[in-house]
Amino acid sequence: MRKVSTEDIKKVVKELFIQANYDIGPDVMKELKKRLEAEESESGKSILAELIENNLIASAERIAICQDTGLAVLFIKLGQDIRIVGGNFNEAINQGVREAYADGYLRKSCVADPLFERKNTKDNTPAIIYIDLVPGDKIHFQVTPKGFGSENMSRMKMLVPADGEKGVKDFVVETAKIAGPNPCPPVVIGVGIGGTIDKAAQIAKKATLREIGKNNPDPRYAKLEKEILEEINKLGIGPAGLGGLTTALAVNIDHHPTHIAGLPVVVNVCCHAARHAEAEI
Amino acid sequence: MSDKFKKITTPLTDETVKVLKAGECVLITGDIYTARDAAHKRLIQLVEEGKKLPLDLNGKILYYVGPAPAKPGQVSGSAGPTTSSRVDKYTPTLLDLGLKGMIGKGLRSQAVIDSMKKNKAVYFGATGGAAALIARCIKKVEMIAYEDLGAEALQKMEVVDFPVTVVIDCEGNNLYITGPEKYKK
Repeated sequence: MRKVSTEDIKKVVKELFIQANYDIGPDVMKELKKRLEAEESESGKSILAELIENNLIASAERIAICQDTGLAVLFIKLGQDIRIVGGNFNEAINQGVREAYADGYLRKSCVADPLFERKNTKDNTPAIIYIDLVPGDKIHFQVTPKGFGSENMSRMKMLVPADGEKGVKDFVVETAKIAGPNPCPPVVIGVGIGGTIDKAAQIAKKATLREIGKNNPDPRYAKLEKEILEEINKLGIGPAGLGGLTTALAVNIDHHPTHIAGLPVVVNVCCHAARHAEAEI
Repeated sequence: MSDKFKKITTPLTDETVKVLKAGECVLITGDIYTARDAAHKRLIQLVEEGKKLPLDLNGKILYYVGPAPAKPGQVSGSAGPTTSSRVDKYTPTLLDLGLKGMIGKGLRSQAVIDSMKKNKAVYFGATGGAAALIARCIKKVEMIAYEDLGAEALQKMEVVDFPVTVVIDCEGNNLYITGPEKYKK
């Protein structure tokens, strides 16, 4: 059995959250530049140029791309042949988050009780951790600092099977329309279809982490992604919601087997700062 | 900066506000004040109790922001706008007390727009997510109240040429409606 220390886990998590908050992925930068070329609205062009400049400044100066450095969300693939040594696995992850947000000068945006005191935990923990036990002796980390301007615009609906493809399409486009300027467009939209209500939400979140430009491997879903993206970009909302052709950068759908009676759909909205980072130990 | 920008300084007067039209690009110089939901809640509580506010709102601009912590040597950490609608419930009361401008992002309620028309106030949109870029316009930050709220505290920010767009003007014209209309297909 391969041994992995909690100290190494902590270090990786810390580095990933700092990296995700300072360095936007090349996929996002490439897409922003491509959309800037195609944008017709003057305000849209100037906003897209600002976002590109902003991302370059953040990376060069090692500062946060956005002040909303998010709740810390992690998707972990944990090899079943690994033995964790030196302490508690979840605590090691939270310690990594704690150190990233303190040493990286990132905003602490987590409140302990959501309804009553809403007191800030002051270290951005606890992280939201999804663990998938997989064969092998590696640990794969995929992290995203999730901002709430966009998270607040997310929606879920239990469609019925008869609603089909059109039902899904209409719901996703309607979500983008209602969101309007609020989620900092151009957005990246994660859609989770199937499973239970919670599973759909989880895969929708994971879908927001997918590299921009990569479609679902199933051609039927890939086609649906392209069609929905096109529909959303016809809404006219544009960069920052001031009008334009660039409302979404990507629509990423993930799907899961579901019950004979159901068609759950969750739309998780992410802003243009589609921040994610990954590493393996 | 290009000529497409109109330059204004704070505090705002009725005269300044009246000539600002939805869609115009503006550079703001002067003092602005930061407040998010938590600070708004406390301000409104003081108003309800008939107590004095920690700042005189007359002619002031509130910026809906909770900055990232400043690194050593930095005046302010990244500081882009947060979603304005979360303070909509509190805004008409503050407008009645003389608040003249607001900087944020996203939609406002009809009650806020009506109150802006009544009180001659303006709503500016800053670019959400352009937080590192905006931080460069911030020259000084001073704590005014609610330090315990951390990033949500009420602070005075001295800004130079802070780039914003007039989204809703004092006549109620709304760029979030007229802008997208042009590009809708």
